[in-house]
Amino acid sequence: MLAYVIRRLFAGVIMLIVMSIVTFALFFASPIDQASFICGKNCSAAQKKQTAAAMGYDDSFANQWADFAKGVVQGRDYPDDPKLRETAPETIVHCEAPCLGYSRERGDTVTNLIKDTFPVSFSLAVSAFILWMVGGVLLGVTAALKKGSIIDRGLVGLSLIAYAFPTFFVGLVLYKFVAIKWGLTEIPRYTSIAEGGVGGWLSSLTLPAITLALFFMAAYVRMTRSYVIESFQEDYVRTARSKGLPERTVTYKHALRAALTPIVTMAGLDFAGLMGGAIITESVFNYPGMGKLAVRASSDFDLPTTVGLVILLATFVILANIIVDLLYAVIDPRVRLG
Amino acid sequence: MSTTSPSAFATTDTAAAPLLSVRELQVHFPTQDGLVKAVNGLTFDLDRGKTLGIVGESGSGKSVSSMAIMGLHRGTNAQLSGEIVLDGVNLLDISAEEMRKKRGREVSMIFQDPLSAMHPYYTVGNQIAEAYRVHHDVSRKVAKQRAVEMLDRVGIPNPDKRVNDYPHQFSGGMRQRAMIAMGLINDPNLLIADEPTTALDVTVQAQILDLLQDLQREFNSAVIIITHDLGVVAEMADDVLVMYAGRAVEYGPCKEILTHPEMPYTWGLLSSVPDLTGDTEARLIPIPGNPPSLLNPPSGCPFHPRCPHREKVPGDLCRTELPLLVPGQRGESHTKRCHLPNPDAIYAAEVLPVIAPDLAGDTADAAEEL
Repeated sequence: MLAYVIRRLFAGVIMLIVMSIVTFALFFASPIDQASFICGKNCSAAQKKQTAAAMGYDDSFANQWADFAKGVVQGRDYPDDPKLRETAPETIVHCEAPCLGYSRERGDTVTNLIKDTFPVSFSLAVSAFILWMVGGVLLGVTAALKKGSIIDRGLVGLSLIAYAFPTFFVGLVLYKFVAIKWGLTEIPRYTSIAEGGVGGWLSSLTLPAITLALFFMAAYVRMTRSYVIESFQEDYVRTARSKGLPERTVTYKHALRAALTPIVTMAGLDFAGLMGGAIITESVFNYPGMGKLAVRASSDFDLPTTVGLVILLATFVILANIIVDLLYAVIDPRVRLG
Repeated sequence: MSTTSPSAFATTDTAAAPLLSVRELQVHFPTQDGLVKAVNGLTFDLDRGKTLGIVGESGSGKSVSSMAIMGLHRGTNAQLSGEIVLDGVNLLDISAEEMRKKRGREVSMIFQDPLSAMHPYYTVGNQIAEAYRVHHDVSRKVAKQRAVEMLDRVGIPNPDKRVNDYPHQFSGGMRQRAMIAMGLINDPNLLIADEPTTALDVTVQAQILDLLQDLQREFNSAVIIITHDLGVVAEMADDVLVMYAGRAVEYGPCKEILTHPEMPYTWGLLSSVPDLTGDTEARLIPIPGNPPSLLNPPSGCPFHPRCPHREKVPGDLCRTELPLLVPGQRGESHTKRCHLPNPDAIYAAEVLPVIAPDLAGDTADAAEEL
């Protein structure tokens, strides 16, 4: 078990290194000339060259990546210029390990930017996750147990509608009607626990969490329903019935246990995907999370931020994969780790 | 509904009455394409301690009828009629809760593929003990002890350790032994074995059949063994019921049916059995064609489109009229559903020489051999 985890983590680190090289290479190959972008429109060739040298953009791809990797492990200074360090140390920003880069556009290290935005995205992801797992699985099981009834058809129909509505539309409708027109909630504005206490934090999350959860909930209702219906066709459910077990035991001990296993996998990966920030929901409600940061970074050609966010998301996905596999081995005795 | 009086078996002395008495059982499934008539008027009796073999191709209604006896069609859209009288009680009349209490206790079932029939997430012991605890108010510990005893009884080595294994850690034969332990843990009067050896290695098949026979003697249960393997029937069954398209087409004592079959479908089944001692160059003779659609069964005798002997019946009887299940030339106990006037002669002259040339000369010997 421990050996397995170590091996998976090791493989994960290698995957991250490859990921960062690929992300780096993609931006290296982009048509945007970073130096002239920073230097501005009225920039002479000499000035441009000087900027490139100061920023390290004239270096080879391999060296630039090596600097980045070194920054992740050791931290680094921006700009890393010994002359400048003597003449004007106040212009140098020290970026502590793990340093994912320095964003000139934001005027801050990427690590700090992520530290500021992560709690918002994490709160949103967790609250939406709880909503959609509880709601989606319960409604999905209900629909499956009442298969063919009005309740089932209603739930399937509703989830199809919810699935079909784009998130930005749902978000805007909730914002406009629930918060502004009917005044049922406050105008959503992210409030941290430090600012507004747990109550304020939760109520500030209500509308965005519902918006984000609705889409997933619709998908999980349908998925759970089909897994549960499928599970009732299994031979071992027939065996359970033929033993004379009450239908309740047949359902909860035998059928549902098997049906819910694949949902754990899906849930783990979907949750990890949200760790990169819910771009649309955060944009609609103007929540300062990582999704919004990512949108701004990519529209500003803020490469360090973009690369940092990509690598962070990749880390979460890799970790979630490992956790899901471990969970699977706990749930299903047939699964052997190794 | 049924042609016999409904309470006939409830009032008679149960010692004389058969343990299980099925009368005119019909199981129909309404589908979007129409009514699927899976079982059409099945009638048979089974005494305590006896074994009935039900034989037929896939889709002939074998499993559907056994599921009906187990009450497993309840809660589905299946339409059942007729009577299934077990120990004086018509199982089609009782409530779902009463049926549930009989399931596993008075009648239990073992299934074809023990791997898929056991829950992969629970230990074998848990699943066997569960079957005991539903019907007995005992602690988990007592039930587990009982499971260990049963595993020991069905020949699982180290049962006190294996009881904690999961089904996937058992071999196919051991899994089926465990299923048998699960089926017999409440000492049911009736055990239905639905193709219990089909998914197993040939070498294991015989062991499982031996075990079933031993346990049947020990527990004095009646057994219904559903199979398409006539070898299994020959070894196990006292009576044989041959099913085709949801109907019994031949029914009688095992030896009688196997030595003097009177229905061309039974001949076909016998012809499809490979003969170990036979000529290696000889070919198996399959029954031509496919089992009929249960949605639109053929007119008349449902076997007529595949029957090589239908020309021997005068007129167009086979195509127009469903033959009744009536005694043939060999006495009351052997009934068959066929228009052929002289099936014994045709069997001896045309069928036997092809499938078992060495027996063809002396049919009396054939009885002993089989």
